[in-house]
Amino acid sequence: MSDETKPELTSSLLYLDGVSVSFDGYKALRGLSLALEPGEMRAIIGPNGAGKTTMMDVITGKTRPDEGEVYFEGRHDLTRLDEAEIAELGVGRKFQKPTVFENHTVNDNLLLAAKAPRSVFATLFGGAAAVERETIERILTTTRLTDQRGRLAGALSHGQKQWLEIGMLLAQDPKLLLVDEPVAGMTDAETAATAELLREIARNHSVVVVEHDMAFVRELGVKVTVLHEGSVLAEGSLDQVSADERVIEVYLGR
Amino acid sequence: MMPLPRLDRLGVAFLIITIGAAALAPILALVVPHDSAFAMPPYVVALLGKYMCYAILAVALDLVWGYCGILSLGHSAFFALGGYAMGMYLMRQIGARGVYANPVLPDFMVFLNWKELPVAWWGFHSFAYASLMVMLVPGLLAFAFGWFAFRSRVTGVYLSIITQAMTYALKLAFFRNDFGFGGNNGLTDFKDILGFNVQSDATRAALFSLSALALALSYLISRAIVVSKYGKAVIAIRDAESRVRFLGYRVENYKLFIFVVSAVMAGVAGALYVPQVGIINPSEFDPGNSIEAVIWVAVGGRGTLVGAALGAVAVNFAKTYFTGVFPEYWLYALGGLFVLVTLFLPKGLIGLLNLRRPARPTPPTPTPTPSLAQQEEGAR
Repeated sequence: MSDETKPELTSSLLYLDGVSVSFDGYKALRGLSLALEPGEMRAIIGPNGAGKTTMMDVITGKTRPDEGEVYFEGRHDLTRLDEAEIAELGVGRKFQKPTVFENHTVNDNLLLAAKAPRSVFATLFGGAAAVERETIERILTTTRLTDQRGRLAGALSHGQKQWLEIGMLLAQDPKLLLVDEPVAGMTDAETAATAELLREIARNHSVVVVEHDMAFVRELGVKVTVLHEGSVLAEGSLDQVSADERVIEVYLGR
Repeated sequence: MMPLPRLDRLGVAFLIITIGAAALAPILALVVPHDSAFAMPPYVVALLGKYMCYAILAVALDLVWGYCGILSLGHSAFFALGGYAMGMYLMRQIGARGVYANPVLPDFMVFLNWKELPVAWWGFHSFAYASLMVMLVPGLLAFAFGWFAFRSRVTGVYLSIITQAMTYALKLAFFRNDFGFGGNNGLTDFKDILGFNVQSDATRAALFSLSALALALSYLISRAIVVSKYGKAVIAIRDAESRVRFLGYRVENYKLFIFVVSAVMAGVAGALYVPQVGIINPSEFDPGNSIEAVIWVAVGGRGTLVGAALGAVAVNFAKTYFTGVFPEYWLYALGGLFVLVTLFLPKGLIGLLNLRRPARPTPPTPTPTPSLAQQEEGAR
């Protein structure tokens, strides 16, 4: 598929070509190629060990690929940057396990995430600017956490923690959001609300969602990429890929 | 300059006690007649002055361990380096009054047949220069050490081990006569500081007051740091370091700053300590001293600042008592205390204060370090 994506190199927001990663001889990614357009929302599915989380690690600079290219906005080579630099470029990540700062209030979690100068000097001497406070208000409303703002994040319910983390992503105001299994462990009602929240976010952000939950992926109604053993098996609408023989065999058929 | 930090009730009480003690001690020690019940005998002044220095060290350690999760077992190095810088000034003040009556060279150098003052000792006749070195030397060591350690992402127990190795290496270096700092005897026989006799009651009272004020100032600086947005980021690093990286913060710079501030504070504590105890030698670098300081912080209450200072004073008071009454059992008592506090008082002594307060309407916090959380909440 690399021939088809090459011409898009300049216009793609995120571009991965032939990315391989191995850990102690185990090939987590083998020649993975993927292109994401600006404003696009993409769902990534695949069985355990397909390389979904490793792919996220490569994009966010946590893991360096052994080979292959990773470009952001067609000009930033993400394989040469570290986590903080990539985050500053505008790539936000939500982890599989909700990772919020449990000893901080909901408000402070968002304050730490909000787009603002990140230097030691700036945070030591500067308080929360008016712009940041506005952002925080807006996000509290979007994520339905306004009533919880003064509570410690550690005291929130599982679903609320997931939303807070999505809210923290929004506060960063990234160009690209990577969301790892946002509905794992959620109730049906929470899942539906999360799908709605993500669709709302996708209106003005590019989003990559990694998910196991097929009902949730269907609810998102976006293009789907199926990963298997570290490379792309199929791509298309959920109905298209569900009809693909190989996909049925390795994943859906089980 | 940074605005004054918001203080909670505990912080206000702490400042009143430390500043009050600084004001009161000279009166009790010098003005009140010696046979009065309120008089402070000179040995008590010296003892409490020592406790104040330990408390500053504990606050410094709490800043990095309690708030940033850096368990440094090398803070005795910063404390001792500050102490040596002050000791070098005090040695040069002896001048021709030494046994060998050499106006420039301290006695141990004459004894070793040295003809010239080593470069490292230049400038230490000046109090201003020595004071600068008290902060600069520990600060630079912490900067160099932290630069490499934090950039290489050395964390947890590995970091603790190399901090311990650092202080041990310094201890061995300072033990050597040819290293030029008095070998295993260290620096002692001090005569005066800024022209005042270090042994006199008035100087001792002044040193106590200065130490108490330095403790109050250390608390204020630390408090300002931990309640700022920087401080919130540091607490976040302690709890979920990689999450902070993905938010775009340069974690290594955040750790480096707080580590250097803490080291400078520990250096100042050491500098105030040396004139009060009258000696500095390589045993101050002992890793065991660093571990004792960690126990003070744990006993008092980690991540509370006030608790760290309280723990330092309480444990050292117990140490003074025990080593006087049952000297051979002190280490067992210390070990037992650490185990008991860890098991039954996870929030330390300061946690006892919170028990007596009525429960807050906010829901309980199911977190491993709730003492800190409540502190932070109480500050609002």
